[in-house]
Amino acid sequence: MWTPGRRSAACPRASDAPIVARRDAARDRPGFSVNTTLLLVQVLNGLQLGVLLFLIAAGLTLVFGVMDFINLAHGVQYMLGAYLGAALAAATGSFWLALLLALPAALAFGLLLEFLVFRHLYERDHLSQVLATFGVILFLNEGVKVVFGTAPMQMPLPAGLTGGVPIMEGLLYPTYRIAILAAGLGTAGLLWFLVERTRAGMLVRAGAANAPMLDALGVNVRGLFLLVFGFGAMLAGFAGVMAAPILSVEPGMGDNLLILAFVVIVIGGIGSVRGAFIAALLVGLVETVGRGLLPDVLRLFLDASSARQAGAALASMLVYIVMAAILAFRPAGLFPVRR
Amino acid sequence: MSGAPGRAERLVPWLVFAGLAAAPFIGFGEGHALTLLARAMIFGMAAVALMLLVGGAGLVSLGHAAMLGMGAYAVVVLDHAGIVEAWIVFPAGILAGAVFALVTGAVAIRTSGVHFIMITLAFGQMAFFTTSSLAIYGGDDGYTLFGRTEVLGARWLEDRLVFHFVCLGLLAGCWALVEALLGSRFGRVLRATRDNETRARALGFEPWPYRLAAYVIAGAIGGLAGVLLANATEFVAPAYLAWQRSGDLLFMVILGGLAGPHGALVGALAFVLVEEWLSHLWQHWRLIFGPLLILCVFFLRGGIVGLLRRG
Repeated sequence: MWTPGRRSAACPRASDAPIVARRDAARDRPGFSVNTTLLLVQVLNGLQLGVLLFLIAAGLTLVFGVMDFINLAHGVQYMLGAYLGAALAAATGSFWLALLLALPAALAFGLLLEFLVFRHLYERDHLSQVLATFGVILFLNEGVKVVFGTAPMQMPLPAGLTGGVPIMEGLLYPTYRIAILAAGLGTAGLLWFLVERTRAGMLVRAGAANAPMLDALGVNVRGLFLLVFGFGAMLAGFAGVMAAPILSVEPGMGDNLLILAFVVIVIGGIGSVRGAFIAALLVGLVETVGRGLLPDVLRLFLDASSARQAGAALASMLVYIVMAAILAFRPAGLFPVRR
Repeated sequence: MSGAPGRAERLVPWLVFAGLAAAPFIGFGEGHALTLLARAMIFGMAAVALMLLVGGAGLVSLGHAAMLGMGAYAVVVLDHAGIVEAWIVFPAGILAGAVFALVTGAVAIRTSGVHFIMITLAFGQMAFFTTSSLAIYGGDDGYTLFGRTEVLGARWLEDRLVFHFVCLGLLAGCWALVEALLGSRFGRVLRATRDNETRARALGFEPWPYRLAAYVIAGAIGGLAGVLLANATEFVAPAYLAWQRSGDLLFMVILGGLAGPHGALVGALAFVLVEEWLSHLWQHWRLIFGPLLILCVFFLRGGIVGLLRRG
């Protein structure tokens, strides 16, 4: 039995926040405190975690919605993306080439897993799916250790996106993190277009609402599912490559993000891409901003050291509290798919 | 899950208990073997409790490790306060598991299916992060106990053989309890709500009090197992509550088979022993263990005890 990877590796948060030049904006501009600056940085970090989560959750929620299939191994697709990106960047010396090569590789790997394991599970109950895909996690987390070693890998920032962008007076925010945000939002837009405005997307939505009916109407649901599955695997791989330069690439890095992605799809309503998008941003913000602000808020009531402790504990739990609260009042999530 | 167990299957739990009772005297009496067996029995207890939920009530919980964690951390809290008396520690651990189950169950029971899996997972994660942030009890690094729990001031549990039989006795007790519960009217109502909730409601059985009661009982047994786990290792860490541990427990239940609590017994023993054997065989034993798990799901549908039915 193994212990979960360090949390910090999976979730960007305040502590590994970008180097921010906090050159006393407060002193220069009265009424504009350092806390506002920090808050802005945390909101940006939260949105960035949110879009990464969305890239993972989008595939997960569609696979779940169309095939009623729980894939715990979706998180390792993200890990594989990061490893492939880091290894290919080291081999080719170029971030962009690595990204270009890692995407089809992640797609191929996802389809291989589907062929070897997942397609034998569609007819089985959720419990069997959870267990078998848990086995895939065990295998792949160990597999990357054998292939790439146990030491965390680093991926250099792409050339041209290394510096910082002044987003406010005295506040530099790393260009690469803004690029992640832009790429994530761009992908979300593309996905929205594909799902809402194309014929294939219409079939996917129909499948999420009522797969047996779609099958009865003569649509090849298996083929449709393979498409969704491959696309989802590629999106998760894409998230992995994007995250690799700002996180340490290590075994188990997908596990914690997977749990958060599940929280996202459950909050958003299973099968709903729109729900996944809103829930992903919500979870990203709650996770990051809560971590940054809660200790400060609690300091109003407690002494400094207990505030720090209780704040850290509460911040880690905040996402799950939000999820439990939402499920308690809306058991089918915020945007349930109508059946 | 279907039909009455055959004669061979009825013998399974008794063979397991007899084997465990004889083990120290037939060559498994040295330290490492006993430690391993104690570990298997403790997880067996937790697996039997989980079996009540999964097999009995159809509630697939992916947060069962948190129940063990509550029991284990009850030992830690009392140890830190200098209280090591078994008559306080054991009830406190059981109570901790039961109260945690009551509070989280009250919310979780409202959902079903996948949402239940996810919400139990969420509560498990909450417990995990709470224990990780308890700096006075070691936080992430865990807490080393001053010593094992004492019984009326006597340090009996320090003796490996005594501890072995304490674990065995409690395991047998938990098995008997779950077996009796599943056979009782309570168990029949649970299964009825599992198989067809609408029909059970129509017959006048509101499912949630039954489900919640099962959840709390499973939590209490989990808490007991947690107390023993803390004593077995004399060390408690948040890793005990990790969601992967909950996954392991689920696998034990399925590996053994959902036919009855004896399946969970067999599954836990098989899991712990195979894991130990493989980890000695090869450093990267999970490369074998993962596919083994997948193959079990593919081909071993009735679990290990299910083999007895066909064979």
